Amino acid sequence: MSEAGTSEIAPAPAAEPGLGDYVLLLKPRVMSLVVFTAAVGLFVAPGHLHPLEAVAAILFIALGAGAAGALNMWWDADIDALMRRTRLRPVPAGRVAPGEALAVGLGLAGLAVMMLGLAANWVAAGLLAFTIFFYAVVYTMWLKRSTPQNIVIGGAAGAFPPVIGWAAATGTMPLEAWAMFALVFLWTPPQCWALALFTRSDYADARVPMLTVTHGRRAARAHVLAYTIVLALVSLAIAALPIGGPVYLAAALILNARFLRGAWRVWRRDEAAAEADRHAAERGFFRLSLLYLFLHFGAILAQRLAGPLVAGSWG
Amino acid sequence: MTVRATHELHRRRLGRNAGIGLALALFALLVFGLTIVKLARGGMIEGFDHSLRPGLAERAEPGG
Repeated sequence: MSEAGTSEIAPAPAAEPGLGDYVLLLKPRVMSLVVFTAAVGLFVAPGHLHPLEAVAAILFIALGAGAAGALNMWWDADIDALMRRTRLRPVPAGRVAPGEALAVGLGLAGLAVMMLGLAANWVAAGLLAFTIFFYAVVYTMWLKRSTPQNIVIGGAAGAFPPVIGWAAATGTMPLEAWAMFALVFLWTPPQCWALALFTRSDYADARVPMLTVTHGRRAARAHVLAYTIVLALVSLAIAALPIGGPVYLAAALILNARFLRGAWRVWRRDEAAAEADRHAAERGFFRLSLLYLFLHFGAILAQRLAGPLVAGSWG
Repeated sequence: MTVRATHELHRRRLGRNAGIGLALALFALLVFGLTIVKLARGGMIEGFDHSLRPGLAERAEPGG
């Protein structure tokens, strides 16, 4: 009756996952940020990797990030189902079984760490393993549901890729690598809080203690401005490091001026004004934050490429 | 005559299997390429070579 390939087969079950569902499980948008920052860390480091080793290292760092994303989706399926922004993800939507997401996450994590160790070195592989653990266990399982500082501490997971990239190229983790870590680490909270400001009740519905829920929206706006000021100072200080220079400083000055202006606009508004224009300033700040980080790492890369012409770290 | 229309379920499975197959093929290619790069450099060979190599033995002689 239900022979394969005939028109008599019953409609497909909603749980039958397609390739796209597995790709979504790996959080490809987050992965794109990881790939770019890790590639910049790897490229600006004074290492000597063969181009194929470099490509493989970036690929396995990205795969590790994807594994962490799958583990996050496995654990967070219950709260993802409650939030408009996340309820269509493969696990809460019922397209991928939770156990399958766990298996994909664990399998890819092991593969990514092992292969990064073989392709580059075990310092980078160890750091990748720690990053996956930090994101999946420390952030997802512990901090996210227990403290409004979740995104501050958990943001470290997203900040490790440039350090891993640097370690893959050199086997070391000097100050320059940690400066790039600091850039992403301080960038994450204002970006996430801006998102929380315009996604409104999502986090409250899911009982996730975001700052907007526990301390109110006014406090979140103040934190956005405070973190942006500290971020700007760190960003400008990087210009004095060996990875900095005039090209980087010019870009950092422009980007920070715009980012500070955006944070100021978010801070000075009250809820009535935000509701009136449907959180235009918060949405604009969020979009700008993505550009800010991308262009910052682009500037570090440009400084490295322009090194022989425009002295890196001022010659 | 039986109408053998491919069901949406099978199209989805085919797409998934083809994607996984392609990913595995690319992975095998990458591992092969990495092996060539590592072998060409030669760094890992001596460390894992279990046979006695005359070149190494000769070098070891002067020091005892």
